[in-house]
Amino acid sequence: MAETVLTNPGESPAQTAGLRGIADDWSSDQRAFKNVSWGKAMMWIFLLSDTFIFSCFLLSYMTARMSTTVPWPNPSEVFALEIAGHHIPLILIAIMTFVLISSSGTMAMAVNFGYRRDRVKTAVLMLVTAALGATFVGMQAFEWTKLIMEGVRPWENPWGAAQFGSSFFMITGFHGTHVTFGVIFLIAIARKVWRGDFDVERRGFFTSRKGHYEIVEIMGLYWHFVDLVWVFIFAFFYLW
Amino acid sequence: MTNVAVHLEAQQPSLHAHVHDVPASGATHAKGQQHPIKLYLVVWGWLFVLSACSYLVDYFHFQGYLRWSLILLFMVLKAGLIVAVFMHMAWERLALSYAILLPPVLVLVFVAIMVFESDYTHLIRVSFFAPAT
Repeated sequence: MAETVLTNPGESPAQTAGLRGIADDWSSDQRAFKNVSWGKAMMWIFLLSDTFIFSCFLLSYMTARMSTTVPWPNPSEVFALEIAGHHIPLILIAIMTFVLISSSGTMAMAVNFGYRRDRVKTAVLMLVTAALGATFVGMQAFEWTKLIMEGVRPWENPWGAAQFGSSFFMITGFHGTHVTFGVIFLIAIARKVWRGDFDVERRGFFTSRKGHYEIVEIMGLYWHFVDLVWVFIFAFFYLW
Repeated sequence: MTNVAVHLEAQQPSLHAHVHDVPASGATHAKGQQHPIKLYLVVWGWLFVLSACSYLVDYFHFQGYLRWSLILLFMVLKAGLIVAVFMHMAWERLALSYAILLPPVLVLVFVAIMVFESDYTHLIRVSFFAPAT
């Protein structure tokens, strides 16, 4: 029984190369993921399920766009902005992309400093990540406001196919919600790091399990996934 | 995605060297993912370059198959870098990598089904619901 509650797996058996190794791990007793803790494995499995959700959204968008007989609004023009008298296509989305990629960079470094047990740098980098995430959500709110003022609704818009609005609000709304939850959890975990919870293995108030710096990496997995989804949304919805 | 991960897997001996140079203070959790900061900064830089490239695809108004293939190329490269390095998939055991990376690839079957379906819907709409002229 003790084996099942381990957070950090002990020595993992040697790995056989290639497909034989996969078959060995999966057919072995009790554990398929030898050197991965349950927390990390479950985050990966959650992210896999989330991948399917976003795949379904992008697929329904593809189906709507391919099957409509009305021309699709040109995203390059819809998301253009006038900055200092210049008409720049898609500029807001480009800035949002750079903000989110930067937040992924700071998160990756936070994970690194976490494993070096540098609690101040980890917490600061996580808070920077959260700030960049909040900036992203803010810019998205600006974008939504602008589009709604211009008359975009889930059932109609001034430029073309009616499905543009519903696809846009559904996909970016769901992604923005993911970013928002990410920011909340980043702040919660940064607070724990700052307080030194993972240095003294303080027990969580809800799970009463010992805290480890691995939670920073698990948080990082979620955050990078949010960035990853944006890569696909940027390519398929905004650029295509 | 899978390709990039597998490609990095091939270089594992060199990358693996970093995994064990953990500061002595981290004795209790020395098993975590440890890689030099420089690696993250290089990947970060590449993600910026690739994002700039995909923005330029739109800025220079590339059209047709050139546009679509460039968009897909930059998208796959960015996704691969994020999954392989930032999410550390390049250093995980293959049992986990395949369990996570293979199922999303199968979504392509769903894509193919929906391409046929929407072509059919479009055909029906053009044939029966076209505005009378």
